[in-house]
Amino acid sequence: MTTKNLTTWRALNTALKDILQETPESLVMGEDITTWGTGGGIYGVTRKLFDEFGAERVRDTPISEEVLISTAVGAAMRGSRPILEIMYSDFTLLGFDGIINQAAKSRYMFGGQFDCPLVIRTNGGSGVGKAGQHSQSLETLFAHIPGLEVAVPATPADAYGLLRTAERSSNPTIFLEHKNLYYDKGAVDFEPVPFGRARVAREGTDLTVVATQQMLTRSLAAAERLQAEHGINAEVIDPRTLYPFDMETVLGSVRKTRHLMVAHEAVRDYGWGAEVSSSVVEQAWEELDAPPVRLGSARTPIPYSEPLESAVVPGVDEILTAMRKVRTAIAA
Amino acid sequence: MQEFDQRRQGLSGLKTMAMIRAFESRMPVLSEERLIRGSTHPSAGMEAVATGVSLALGPQDSIASNHRGHAHCLARGSDPGRTMAEILGRRDGYGGGKGGSMHIGVAELGILGTNGIVGAGIGLATGAALAAQMQGSDAVSVVYFGDGAANQGVLAEALNLAAIWKLPVLFVCENNHYAQSASIEEMIAQPDLKQRGLAYGVPSVDVDGMSLGDTFTAAAEGVERARSGSGPTLIIADTYRYLGHMAGDTEIYRNQVEVEQWQAKDPIARLVSQLLEAGVITTSDWEDIQEEASRVVQEAEEFARNSPFPDASDATQDVYSKGVPA
Repeated sequence: MTTKNLTTWRALNTALKDILQETPESLVMGEDITTWGTGGGIYGVTRKLFDEFGAERVRDTPISEEVLISTAVGAAMRGSRPILEIMYSDFTLLGFDGIINQAAKSRYMFGGQFDCPLVIRTNGGSGVGKAGQHSQSLETLFAHIPGLEVAVPATPADAYGLLRTAERSSNPTIFLEHKNLYYDKGAVDFEPVPFGRARVAREGTDLTVVATQQMLTRSLAAAERLQAEHGINAEVIDPRTLYPFDMETVLGSVRKTRHLMVAHEAVRDYGWGAEVSSSVVEQAWEELDAPPVRLGSARTPIPYSEPLESAVVPGVDEILTAMRKVRTAIAA
Repeated sequence: MQEFDQRRQGLSGLKTMAMIRAFESRMPVLSEERLIRGSTHPSAGMEAVATGVSLALGPQDSIASNHRGHAHCLARGSDPGRTMAEILGRRDGYGGGKGGSMHIGVAELGILGTNGIVGAGIGLATGAALAAQMQGSDAVSVVYFGDGAANQGVLAEALNLAAIWKLPVLFVCENNHYAQSASIEEMIAQPDLKQRGLAYGVPSVDVDGMSLGDTFTAAAEGVERARSGSGPTLIIADTYRYLGHMAGDTEIYRNQVEVEQWQAKDPIARLVSQLLEAGVITTSDWEDIQEEASRVVQEAEEFARNSPFPDASDATQDVYSKGVPA
């Protein structure tokens, strides 16, 4: 297929259509995925799938997250390949038993007898004023759990490619979209993107920045200013999946730049950035010229009002400041 | 619909129930001997439910069980030796010792696991029914849960989902009157549990869970409804567990008189007298059945005791499918 310029939601919509076409065991289910005004789902990701594939394979559901998640797990253990949309990642919390106690352990506890080819698509993140219960970044919770794979696409191409890979996995996958990136456009080549392989979004020599989703976009903007205003050339890496995680690419970059910063929208404290920083310190202490810096959201719920929301989630300015801080040891 | 035939289901059920009783009777002993770690929940007294339901199922069907699940597995056809080996944490257990009593799964028998989370099997069986419906097979699924799990919200969600999608699932509530130590009288204001199914448009019946014939007949009706595409059934089986919730239970929440009253309705003794009366078995046949049950369980126990412990290196296997680092 030729490359097309698509929005993220359209790339995801295309991926779902291709999956439903190619995989007879697949089904798509979720709340308001057929009759909402977008044509499918709150952000349009399931648009027109119902028209093409029918009520058997594209299922509108009651608002029952707990049973939807555990039902998807049971179906996956019996040979179906469900792709469940949970409208906002905040709502997955109603079904954590299904995710953590059931799906994540279904292979292990029974000695490898069961596959669990389940994808839970959902969206997290702030930026559009959805406040405390529709804007959280919960990726760390999922990445912490053995048995889950966790994808965090930032670009339309990765959204398409990672969803194709998620669907082919025999493991339960948490597929975290970002609600403020659905309308970003980019070139999509319609190729699967392997899990555990980071993408170098910007090459640089002086500082390694590991960032996902909205923090990636902002880090790239900050990196341009860092270069223009301070002459520091940052390398920006998008891990694309938090588990499996491509530590090799991060370590290779740090060996080159000798400086590390991690930026995520999840709350900084106990976030995955701490895991990455700590792993780099353990594995490449000698290669670092300065302590790594973590950047994440403040330890608050996401507030509603715009100035409050901007105050707790790192913006380009805060990222730029943090980038300079990492380089203070030699640049200040 | 399958009719209860004393010569077929009656006799075969008796053998299964005698074996389950013998198996469960070893649990306190093995716990005492410290061969069982953690929690193990025997179901002596409740054999007729698992056995009656299992007799109504076919090989294509699946079950989701709970923390008190040995009987569900054995009645479904799990090998007593491998089941016991799992309970003892040995290499020959169905999960190679990774699961134990609360996580016995057997993929080839459609056993989606005993489960450590009260009520969790409800969603899993609903999902298995969804898979069967999607695959166009006539398979049905069963979830066994207790009166305690009836208070989990997922039951309400599952009854509704199964009803609107006409999923081929049997919700089998084993009401043994105690959620661990909490009595149903204290925890449920409306003791007529079948109302919970009726409220969601699910055909719901009460059944004497101490009667093999009654549980079989109710299950067979539910299975037929499910296979014919008419959707779910809720069965409330009235039953009782003779032993404590788990090894070490001091049972201060109930008295011996109550236990004895239920033991007087023992499902095995009752079935034996029915079969004797009907001339299906003789006293000597019953002795043989008991002897055979003891022999099977003794062999299972020997197998389990002799099975080696897993290698420590197994601990990191099977977290993910091959190719994903753990």
